Amino acid sequence: MTEQDQIPLEELAPAEVAELDLYQKREKIYTRQIEGFFQKVREFTGWPLLVGYFLLPWMSWGDRPAVLFDLPARKFHIFFITFWPQDFPLLAWLLIIAAFALFTVTVFAGRVWCGYTCPQTVWTSIFMWIEQKVEGSRNQRIKLDAQPWSTDKFFKKFLKHGMWFGVAAYTGLTFIGYFYPIRDLIYELATAQVSLMALSWVVFFTMATYINAGWMREQVCMYMCPYARFQSVMFDHDTLIVSYRKDRGEERGARKRNANPAELGLGDCIDCQLCVQVCPAGIDIRDGLQYECIGCAMCVDACNSVMDKMGYEPGLIAYTSERELEGETTHWLRPRLVGYVAALLVMVTAFGFRVYSRTPLEVPVIRDRNQLYVQAADGQIENVYSLQILNMDQRDHSYTVSFSGLEQATLIGTARLQLQSGEVATLPLRISAPREAFQVPSTGFSFTVESDDGRYRASTESRFMIPFEAQ
Amino acid sequence: MSSFWSIWIIVLTVISFALIFWILFANRKIENTDPEATTGHAADGIEEYDNPLPAWWFAMFLITLIFGVGYLVVYPGLGNFPGIMGWTQVGQWENEVDEAEKRYLATRLEYLAMPVEEVASIPAALKMGQRMFANNCAQCHGADARGSYGFPNLTDGDWLYGGTPDAIKTTLVDGRRAAMPAWGTVLGDEGIRNVTAYVMRLSGRDVNDEYADAGKAQFDMLCVACHMAYGTGNTALGAPNLTNGIWLYGGTAEDISHTLRAGRSGVMPAQADLLSEDKIHILTAYVYSLNQDN
Repeated sequence: MTEQDQIPLEELAPAEVAELDLYQKREKIYTRQIEGFFQKVREFTGWPLLVGYFLLPWMSWGDRPAVLFDLPARKFHIFFITFWPQDFPLLAWLLIIAAFALFTVTVFAGRVWCGYTCPQTVWTSIFMWIEQKVEGSRNQRIKLDAQPWSTDKFFKKFLKHGMWFGVAAYTGLTFIGYFYPIRDLIYELATAQVSLMALSWVVFFTMATYINAGWMREQVCMYMCPYARFQSVMFDHDTLIVSYRKDRGEERGARKRNANPAELGLGDCIDCQLCVQVCPAGIDIRDGLQYECIGCAMCVDACNSVMDKMGYEPGLIAYTSERELEGETTHWLRPRLVGYVAALLVMVTAFGFRVYSRTPLEVPVIRDRNQLYVQAADGQIENVYSLQILNMDQRDHSYTVSFSGLEQATLIGTARLQLQSGEVATLPLRISAPREAFQVPSTGFSFTVESDDGRYRASTESRFMIPFEAQ
Repeated sequence: MSSFWSIWIIVLTVISFALIFWILFANRKIENTDPEATTGHAADGIEEYDNPLPAWWFAMFLITLIFGVGYLVVYPGLGNFPGIMGWTQVGQWENEVDEAEKRYLATRLEYLAMPVEEVASIPAALKMGQRMFANNCAQCHGADARGSYGFPNLTDGDWLYGGTPDAIKTTLVDGRRAAMPAWGTVLGDEGIRNVTAYVMRLSGRDVNDEYADAGKAQFDMLCVACHMAYGTGNTALGAPNLTNGIWLYGGTAEDISHTLRAGRSGVMPAQADLLSEDKIHILTAYVYSLNQDN
């Protein structure tokens, strides 16, 4: 038997069991660059925010940065106001107002925050712009990624990531500049004197920027950001959404420029896929409203450019509302939106007033704990208090302490003190009063501290104790 | 922790880690099911596809697991194993104390080199002194240093052991132990009454002169050794001045007779072992400064 007589053996694989990976690799989205009205709008909203972000830490106010969140000292300096830990409720209110403002905007205009102002979107567009400049257009990028490694490919990738890192590092540095004076930070970085803490936070925010804007992009919006998931609670029939007008677009199909779509049985959509190619979230807007959609209107601009070329009416994809899609008109003034705006106005006004009328002076009082009262040799009853006086103002002040609510009582000790801006001092004081002036063991009264210019006064309640035997 | 519980924790932790690794990898792939299947949750008619998770989540799981292993190697966590860095809470606290010491010691030593009177004129030093006083002295002498029953007022210029910087410092360093003997059995009730009257007259109060004159005879016999001939006291012995109306244990007739009958014993604890020399120096200056307005 020769070898040729043998029937070649074939390995028979068992019937393949299709396996499903519980984790899906991200499919890279190649976004086509597009120009149009809404891209201009994004530039106008994006640039001031970016410039503000990068320049703010460099501004000075007196001998310190104008905006500085000094965490070790637990003081937030914002121009002419310095917030202390005691002001923390204000921060809570500010965040509540910010969240409420986001809800209001969402009810009105959908996810415009996401599409135009969210740092994730803004930084992603910066990174995409760099990508476009270095690696070329969408098609060129797809081709480049498919190519085997070459000097050219390596150079382009190296340049792109290098530039990404540059932007990310500057972003991280600026961010830390809000928490540590940026001039010192850069000087210390340059001279290798920077603290490990500052350095690791700069590196952290550099990496976070690089990864989020370079690699994660739409994944942040889809899987990390809670807003995408709960926004549907805020949407109603009149909320502005980016939407494709099915009634006008279908049947979609390619056609010659001068052909009459009606004769071909076609709608206005020429199925050019441009709206899909420009989408940074990688969705097809023609499938309807999807949670991935960040309302950036790139598809609107893309489609309008095509409609323009075809000589059709623009607005096949447009900002519209569900009600409008159903053939009715959008109700702008609806109770829900009016209510949101009214509540927001009230909150902002109350907050503004609270900040404006804030007294940069506090006086916590601690009673001496060793003895509730002291019986002086002359028979008087004395109580000892430690007043902690906080000058939270940005100026120095002299203060005078007084008390009210105790009869026949006198103050022992110096009831005046001078504090520099930001200084906290303890002022021990003693109040003396005859035993006969009281009928109850513990009497409430209050200390008042007033600045000598009369601008600020703060009061704190405390108690005066006497020896008392129940009858 | 006993070695049993230590091993118990180590075994449990290691098993948990192994289990998590196993769950993550062994269950990564499942048999293909209907790709159109939903999670089965429905809200207002909205359903959700049972889509796969993003792959980077898997990476995040791994990163946190590896971080966990690294953490247990570096920091204490595995039973009694202290971690290769040897970190402890106490150690961290000690480091912070050392750092603060380093930061402030230079200033304190600077003050130590100056005479007390000069330190007492430096506002920054007095602020330091006030804080040290609040931590170490205010328990007895009060936050305002004006004392209370049995604890001397440090601001009235009246000193049991002298108010010079050196005397104050000696009081702080070595402490003081004052003893007023009990004269109850020696004097008897009448004697107590008489001496009380005399002592009250010393501070200028109207008393029964007959009693007081009788008391003076006994005072001159028993009390002058410490309180001196006219009751002006003796700082060498810590015997109070009885003429200035300042009473450590109360100045009423009742208070004074009790003092005479039962005696008094006051203790100022020595601070030498509790506070460093430089701190005592600053405290001396602070206490000294409290009397400069009087």
